[in-house]
Amino acid sequence: MKVRPLRLLLYLVLIAFALYYLIPVYVLVVTSLKSFAEVNLYRMWDLPRSFSLESFRRALFGGMGYHGLAPNLWNSVLMVVPATLISAALGSLNGYIFARWRFRGANILFTLALFGMFIPYQSILIPLVQVLKTIGVYGTIPGLILTHVIYGIPITTLIFRNYYATVPKELVEAARIDGAGLLGVYRRVMLPLSMPGFAVVLIWQFTSIWNDFLFAVTVAQNPAVQPVTVALNNLAGSYIVEWNVQMAGALLAALPTLLVYIFLGRYFMRGLLAGSLKG
Amino acid sequence: MRLRLKLDAILSVLLILPSALAILLFVYGFIGFTGYVSFSNWNRLVPDYSFGGTANYLRLFQNPRFPITLRNLGVFTGLFVGGSLVLGFLLAVLLDRRIKAEGLFRSVYLYPLALSFIVTGVVWRWLLNPGSPQMGSTGINLLLEMMGLGYLKTGWYTDPRIGIIAVAIAALWQMSGYVMAMYLAGLRGIPEELREAARVDGASELQIYRFVILPLLRPITFGAMIVLGHISLKIYDLVVAMTGPGPGFSCDVPAYFMWELTFRANRFAQGAGIAIILLAIVSLLIVPYLRYSLRREVEA
Repeated sequence: MKVRPLRLLLYLVLIAFALYYLIPVYVLVVTSLKSFAEVNLYRMWDLPRSFSLESFRRALFGGMGYHGLAPNLWNSVLMVVPATLISAALGSLNGYIFARWRFRGANILFTLALFGMFIPYQSILIPLVQVLKTIGVYGTIPGLILTHVIYGIPITTLIFRNYYATVPKELVEAARIDGAGLLGVYRRVMLPLSMPGFAVVLIWQFTSIWNDFLFAVTVAQNPAVQPVTVALNNLAGSYIVEWNVQMAGALLAALPTLLVYIFLGRYFMRGLLAGSLKG
Repeated sequence: MRLRLKLDAILSVLLILPSALAILLFVYGFIGFTGYVSFSNWNRLVPDYSFGGTANYLRLFQNPRFPITLRNLGVFTGLFVGGSLVLGFLLAVLLDRRIKAEGLFRSVYLYPLALSFIVTGVVWRWLLNPGSPQMGSTGINLLLEMMGLGYLKTGWYTDPRIGIIAVAIAALWQMSGYVMAMYLAGLRGIPEELREAARVDGASELQIYRFVILPLLRPITFGAMIVLGHISLKIYDLVVAMTGPGPGFSCDVPAYFMWELTFRANRFAQGAGIAIILLAIVSLLIVPYLRYSLRREVEA
């Protein structure tokens, strides 16, 4: 019974920290539910007096000096879905080969690829723009997809390699005795076991590509193809500051990855731990 | 069988080839090209690949803005990485004490990680908007006033003495949960017998953390430092969305300066110079780490 007050203190501290992490969400939600007339900087912590979805409508469809985010949200979908699927497929194949078919120089090649995961992308932006222009996909969504797929190779390969390394050797040996070759082992042994690996990689790539800003702002300067992160930043930087519309826009841009986090948090965590190599 | 193995070996190389070539070209080829551009005379819209020597690097360091961005980057990295490690460790230790609703707390501490730096920047720009003496305080300042802590009010990112520190506060909010998750996973992997043994030897709880737990968690600390460090050195989006360069460039960072110089001012060669310097700084952190993991891999 002696520990009771200490326990109470512990919970109070935990709740205090929880408030620190939740404050921005409180402000986001409360502000975006207010109408413009009600948004008053000096009352920003107050709850909305009436419930209004006007800010969301304006953030989505624009009006009164705003471009709505709806087309940009769609651009993000058009970019993130193919980019995520292709890079997961590539990562799976690469990861399998690195995990099971150690050719000469495989370790060096793998390490060289990993370096690509850490570089500041500023160091490749200038030639990237040149090359995308040359092959005619600069300023297009396919150009962004190509960029994300290529720079996603290191992380997707890493996650799948570590995942396939845990598949018992005996399963692979058994399949090979049955006459399965490189692709046979992949199709008959690895692929059926791959679903958790795919879940981790798909979620990881979805989140990081959806949230990307640097590639988006560099490759897609044309408003018609801009992903939502760029459009949100422009919305927030526009001359008339309507905080309620901005907060609604931010909430809309955050919603897909937040939903993924809420419903698939377990896989999200695993991607996180994998993202830090073998930590 | 032998032929089969040989064929498979060739096939494996063929399958890896497209990815390997893509990395070779888009990472190493591009870095080489950027390196070359940084020594060229390409400082207008039309490419000019003539050799200009080290002029771009000299001009960068003569520009007062560039050293400021480097200094800001140092302050930001120290606060952000150091702060995240301390806060993350603290949260993990607190959560490791058989907490009810631990899952809920964990989720709350971790969710900012799912957000884009742009969203974080937009929200924190508002939260740290200081308001004005005439019109009254806003955001966090207003909250401080309401809690009777008005003396803690500052100008946040509008105050050149704070500048980048305000950005670090937002970054800390976003990434500290990640460190918490890493440490918590590590703490769960430490067998209770070890703590028990230390207790029997008469160690206090604090000593157990200092001399038993922390050394065991060293690989996690190391890994988290690498991940946070490279995110920190590359920080760009958060600055764009939250502050821009700020008063007297007090919120400016090299990645931001590089983008403006290259794609706004068309000084491609100077922009490339910043990119190469940034790459060199990140490499100082990453290359030893990769060599270390490669060596461990070969030994394993």
